[in-house]
Amino acid sequence: MKRPEPVQVIKQRRDAALQRLVEGVPYIQFLGIRFDRRGDELTGVMPYRDMLIGNPMLPALHGGATAAFLETTAIIELSWAMMWDQMEAGQDVASLRLPKTIDFTVDYLRSGLPRDAYARARINRSGRRYASVHVEAWQDNRARLFAQATGHFLMPQKDG
Amino acid sequence: MTDRQDKIAKQFIAALPHAKALGMELTQIGHGHATITMPYDQKLVGDPETGVIHGGAVSALLDTCGGAAVMVHDSEPVGTATLDLRIDYMRPAKPGDTITATAECYHVTRSVAFVRAVACDADTARPVATATGAFTIQSTSVL
Repeated sequence: MKRPEPVQVIKQRRDAALQRLVEGVPYIQFLGIRFDRRGDELTGVMPYRDMLIGNPMLPALHGGATAAFLETTAIIELSWAMMWDQMEAGQDVASLRLPKTIDFTVDYLRSGLPRDAYARARINRSGRRYASVHVEAWQDNRARLFAQATGHFLMPQKDG
Repeated sequence: MTDRQDKIAKQFIAALPHAKALGMELTQIGHGHATITMPYDQKLVGDPETGVIHGGAVSALLDTCGGAAVMVHDSEPVGTATLDLRIDYMRPAKPGDTITATAECYHVTRSVAFVRAVACDADTARPVATATGAFTIQSTSVL
């Protein structure tokens, strides 16, 4: 029986693949979004910045920043799930294209506070061409969502 | 343009740090309608291979524009917030083009405003994205 790979090798490979995915997108960098990883589970993190504010009176996060955070988390989760098997088989995943958003519906449940925000996406259905993804975002309490969204995505075709 | 709408037009983007950070400019406003532009910028790119702007930036533009349209509705709301917003992405925006969003607040009740919005690049015959949304209406100042 083949010996399992050393844990550092596995972690390094997964973290490098995730980093390449996230670092390549200028808008993700602009918003300051990063991703925490536990095995294959990803949590999007959008640390608070003043420029994310939409209503300075409350103050509250801009609905657009929240929408972008949710959409980014959905796209990264989809890409991550798509590349996982290839990555684990030690194949090159750098050339994979990103899924394209077809539609995205955001449900604003309460105003986003001037704090760090977190999001996790769940792929409800992923076929060869289309995928349906649900995303939830929270701040201080995991059970108190401040926004959620559902989106449909066009999967990149392997043969162009 | 009424004095109130003129004031809203001048202050709207300046008062929204995130809209300012994205380079938005309010170009037209009045009677439940608003037009906002967002110039192309490297930092807004969502697909590094094609240079196409991230859908999230277009969402932010349409959301801002929808909120602006609500604020200048003839019912003169004091404040508004997005309840829900659905965006349909028709095609990728052409890299380099400014994106222009127009929004219409076509119906209001005492507590809800209904909005539709369209985003176009230089080719205005074929929209990049459309949006429909519901916004809250705050009719009296809570402060």
